[in-house]
Amino acid sequence: MLSERARRDIQALRARYPVAQSALVPALLRAQEELGWLPPEAMAEVAELLGLPVEVVAEVASFYTLLFTEPVGRHVVQLCTNVSCMLSGAEAVRQRVEEELGIRAGQTTPDRRVTLLAVECLAACDHAPCMMVDERRCGPLTPEDAAQLLRELD
Amino acid sequence: MGQPVLLRHVREPDQGEIEAYERRGGYTALRRAVREMSPEQVTDLVDQAQLRGRGGAGFPAGRKWKFVPKDAPVKYLVVNADEGEPGTFKDRTLLERDPHLLVEGIALTAYANGVRTAYVYMRREFYEARRRLERAMAQAYERGYLGRNILGTDFSLDVYVHPGAGAYIAGEETALLESLEGKRAMPRLKPPYFPAVMGLYEKPTVLNNVETLCCVPWIVREGPEWWLEQGPPQLYSVSGHVQRPQVVEAPLGTPARELIARAGGMRGGRRVKAFYPGGTSSRPLTAQHLDVPLRHEELARLGSMLGSAAVIVMDETTDMVKVIARVCEFYRDESCGKCTPCREGTVWVTQILDRILHGRGRWEDLDLLASLARNMTGTCFCPLGESVPPSLRAGLEDFREEFEAYIRAAREPVQMPVRLHLGAPAPGG
Repeated sequence: MLSERARRDIQALRARYPVAQSALVPALLRAQEELGWLPPEAMAEVAELLGLPVEVVAEVASFYTLLFTEPVGRHVVQLCTNVSCMLSGAEAVRQRVEEELGIRAGQTTPDRRVTLLAVECLAACDHAPCMMVDERRCGPLTPEDAAQLLRELD
Repeated sequence: MGQPVLLRHVREPDQGEIEAYERRGGYTALRRAVREMSPEQVTDLVDQAQLRGRGGAGFPAGRKWKFVPKDAPVKYLVVNADEGEPGTFKDRTLLERDPHLLVEGIALTAYANGVRTAYVYMRREFYEARRRLERAMAQAYERGYLGRNILGTDFSLDVYVHPGAGAYIAGEETALLESLEGKRAMPRLKPPYFPAVMGLYEKPTVLNNVETLCCVPWIVREGPEWWLEQGPPQLYSVSGHVQRPQVVEAPLGTPARELIARAGGMRGGRRVKAFYPGGTSSRPLTAQHLDVPLRHEELARLGSMLGSAAVIVMDETTDMVKVIARVCEFYRDESCGKCTPCREGTVWVTQILDRILHGRGRWEDLDLLASLARNMTGTCFCPLGESVPPSLRAGLEDFREEFEAYIRAAREPVQMPVRLHLGAPAPGG
């Protein structure tokens, strides 16, 4: 189910390490970049490419919070809820964002547009309260800024 | 206050480009080291500079390097760019604003330790940092600062960026190595797994934090005496209720009062109630500690630590019970689950704090929290579980009246278990 290009990239990742399993997380991230998440078939394909048992792949994939073993929306929004952001109003941002999307943190909008995650410190406390919209770091945010950013997503 | 060192060029928009970095004196230390110095001489300079790890543990870098067996045929350098201690953002700042400084630090450290392969373990959320670092690395390869036969010598080095995938525990050095080997990030037992002797793939491994390695080019270039005269320079991530949260460079041992002033003072002119001096794993201090030098020794004496030097400032309006509960939830969620006192202890602590916050607290909860704090200390593979007790102790000793106020206001009557007189009392009943 992976493209030829992704398969080639995964083989190139394999060559960076003396042990194939080291390439596992980077390979899963590469697969996820293409598919949005990691369906069992993709994990099986990565297992085969790296010569690993599929159980090992599943065991590792289920440990890391940014490896998605369930489908996610087109956009993933990570809202920091740790102390520095909390002191700067993260709770109000979260409430406004949940209201805007009509979902709670941890859920995906019914149209599969946005998955909202409440996350721990993003190492961006100089932008508190902050969130990541896909790969973009945004902050400091007022609740209204955050809602506006979400409205702009396709 | 002199010129900053580690942050000297971070505001220059072109600092990430190799020409600009070279123009400002970059790569001169590497040039001199590989052409004129032995690896041992480089290590000696770092040792003399008394450079201590900037990731959290504060272990002397030079000594760490000297543990690495010289004659081992295969050794690795692993850079910890998994910055995740709450309140810490200085490594991200260095990576984004001065990536060549890290590249040069990596090359010098690899040279000093006879390493030919280095991995930079970087947390996934550092997209911008990764782009900047990879661009800098490509430029360094092109100019012969990385790759085969660096600057015409027989020293060769390959560097790879390895992405994490969301796990705070991966910042702990042995868990990081497990993760880099493609496993769940669960800590290893020390001994025997001291990275310097049995690290990545069970080979000797030098493991340092981003900021630590960014100090190395300066130490080699200007010498250890100069370095010490500058403070030595230390990055403090100052956040929370300050006007302008930012990374502040100041001499090691600068008190919080001055750091807060440099971050623009307190928001709304309010007063300080408490501050974490070294991330949420350190014991939070109170307003009476504002003039304590933020240095390893002084903080250890107060039962706290410098940690990652993340200073999280809380003003007089802060609900300390809520802050401490949030901190404990963080460790509960990030516990890898390997050791029982951490896995179970973090759950129990958060349950108790949750009922206190929700009007169901009991007076005996305070002693129970203290007892859990004791039993979570010194009983696990790694320091994650031990990161909860410092906050609890501060809560119970310095902010006890806030906990008591919640319990006093408890709305619901506490349900007591019915004691049946059928012989021995039920356990815990």
